[in-house]
Amino acid sequence: MPTITINDQTVTVEAGKTVLEVAEELKIDIPTLCHNKALEPYGACRLCVVEIMAGGRPGLSTSCTLAATDGLVVQTDSERVERSRRWTLELLLARCSKVPVIQTLARKYGVNDTRFEKDDQDCILCGQCVRICKERMGVAAIGIFNRGAQRVVSTPFDEFSDVCRKCGACASVCPTGCIDIDRYSDKEADVLPSEWNEGLCPTKPVSISFPQAIPKLPVIDATACVHLNTGACGVCADNCVAKAIDFEQQDEVMDLEVGSIIVATGFDALDPTPMKPYGYGKYANVFTNLEFERLSNATGPTSGELLLRDPEDRFKFTRKPKSAAILHCIGSRDVNYHEYCSRTCCMYALKYAHLLKDKCGHDTEVYNFYIDMRCFGKGYEEFLNRVQSEGVRMIRGKAALVTDQAITPEEKGMLVVVAEDTLSGQVLRVPVEMVILCTAMEARADASEVARVLGISTGSDGFFLEEHPKLEPVSTPTTGVFLAGACQGPKDIPDTVAQAKGAASEALALSARGEVEVAPMISQIDPDVCIGCQVCIALCPYSAIEFDWRHKVSVVNEAMCKGCGSCAAYCPSGAASIRHFTDKQIFAEIEGILAA
Amino acid sequence: MNDTCEPIIVAFLCNWCTYTAADLAGTSRLVYPANVKIVRMMCSGMVDPKYVVKAFLEGADGVLIGGCWPGDCHYINGNMKARRRVGLLHEVIDQFGIDRERLWLRWVAASEGNMFVEVVEEMTRKLRELGPNPLREKMIA
Repeated sequence: MPTITINDQTVTVEAGKTVLEVAEELKIDIPTLCHNKALEPYGACRLCVVEIMAGGRPGLSTSCTLAATDGLVVQTDSERVERSRRWTLELLLARCSKVPVIQTLARKYGVNDTRFEKDDQDCILCGQCVRICKERMGVAAIGIFNRGAQRVVSTPFDEFSDVCRKCGACASVCPTGCIDIDRYSDKEADVLPSEWNEGLCPTKPVSISFPQAIPKLPVIDATACVHLNTGACGVCADNCVAKAIDFEQQDEVMDLEVGSIIVATGFDALDPTPMKPYGYGKYANVFTNLEFERLSNATGPTSGELLLRDPEDRFKFTRKPKSAAILHCIGSRDVNYHEYCSRTCCMYALKYAHLLKDKCGHDTEVYNFYIDMRCFGKGYEEFLNRVQSEGVRMIRGKAALVTDQAITPEEKGMLVVVAEDTLSGQVLRVPVEMVILCTAMEARADASEVARVLGISTGSDGFFLEEHPKLEPVSTPTTGVFLAGACQGPKDIPDTVAQAKGAASEALALSARGEVEVAPMISQIDPDVCIGCQVCIALCPYSAIEFDWRHKVSVVNEAMCKGCGSCAAYCPSGAASIRHFTDKQIFAEIEGILAA
Repeated sequence: MNDTCEPIIVAFLCNWCTYTAADLAGTSRLVYPANVKIVRMMCSGMVDPKYVVKAFLEGADGVLIGGCWPGDCHYINGNMKARRRVGLLHEVIDQFGIDRERLWLRWVAASEGNMFVEVVEEMTRKLRELGPNPLREKMIA
């Protein structure tokens, strides 16, 4: 293994490394603009020059292309090196006088101005874009053309490239940020909307899902990753210092043995796109409740500022709205969608009204279109009064239509909310700049599948059914399965916390007790009568009947049986019966009724 | 056979819905025909066909099975099993000379006390039209 000396430090290094790589390991700072770990060394920017003192041809050489050979002695900050870098930076500053990266780097080396004629270019011809396109993406849609002062990065013949797939790799590596990807292709870029930010901003195929993610690790979106889909790229793996990227990882199915299960699968937010009158998806500034939450959030796409969306560019946010309408009960209390009340909307709608007043100025006009205000919780009514005293307009009437069709000059360029004010009996047209739809909470799309797996049931609204609405609000018909939160029905945070704690206590109570009490009305199968046909086993919705192969009879697991009587009603031999509901008892009851 | 004959309905009601609905009808002071005699079952899926046959043989004019609405069954799918059994029973009792209109399966949720009243009223009316159970006459004869 070669031994080299950098700045008087002698180290033994792996064969095949460059001086720049060795310097990085030794934490010696060498400036560079064209080096990228994922790409082949190129030596274009000439900033990484080092002085070879011995062991090679004496003089200056670019460290990114200089192999660390045995006996090499280099200086990275000699007077000659510094002078060369200052020269290079002065020339770069002349070419790209307004590029911040160049300005900062120049200042660092004491180059405050250039003696050459200033130009206003932004490309430094480092070639990273061209190299990543060819080397890693395997596309080679762009190249460097012409000679001398005319050298440019472009597509062949300056025409739109057929092969460019607008992956954006070139733009992502450009040190000066000068790539305009629309110049290379007229294709529509395949932008990946951020799931965490409700699609309000784009995200990358590899990202940390959200700021408080646990574990706080990046994940690769396998559907969007270029490497996993085409085999190209893989740049992240080369750049990862910890070498933590594993493209081979697969989903794992784990078997866990547990005593009880708490179902907390939550809810789905109703998608208002099919509700054409509200114009969601058609008008840029009609937002859903969750989108507004992301806008308002400090880690959101606008850093917490409530801004209007640019109708031309859905990822661009412009200015604060001067007026906003909050539409309650979108899909809730509506026979066409969900008949139930989603419970949370009234209060968060008031919060939004307060936030709009707070963040966009108190002259912002905020309208609430409501059916009824249901401020049922502790301190909720007081909050309604407070928000009303802030000047929020409350209009009792569900909004019927959101349109951009103006009929008066004031409505021009605005979103007009049409609703009947049921208190005055008038039809109102309220022009606003932003509309927020308080969409319904609905059961998860796969709730019935989950219910089937866990042996619990769903109500007609699709939410999981509790065992008893008043006395067993946390339990389910299946012992050991408990419900918590919005999977059982629309719920706000305090209610969810309360129910979740109830569910946790129920689960702990079972573990602490060690034995389970079962209701007496459960099935029993008389082993002397059972003919072993096993029909009951298939019928049992709780899988509580097993077959005893030794005695050739079905046996009821008394801890799991609920006493539904499916087995007893079918049993062809009459072996199965439900305690307290035996044939003898029922027959006696029928005879008693009809004797009179 | 006369028009003043009061039909007797034996009702097998699911403990979790229709039985509770009947209870609700009572606590809500709703009035419903006294013709209905209730047998509490844990689930409509627990109603053995022989209970229905037994009720008819003992002289019931009608049998009502009350279960939860599809999807609401306390025992996941007992009401669906009841529906299949009633479908078959209709075929069977028809062949034995009992009008299939005498056996009703109805979904009544726990909160639908008024619906329970409606079902019982409607069934009583229908049974008055049909007259007494022919088996009852035979048994008396």
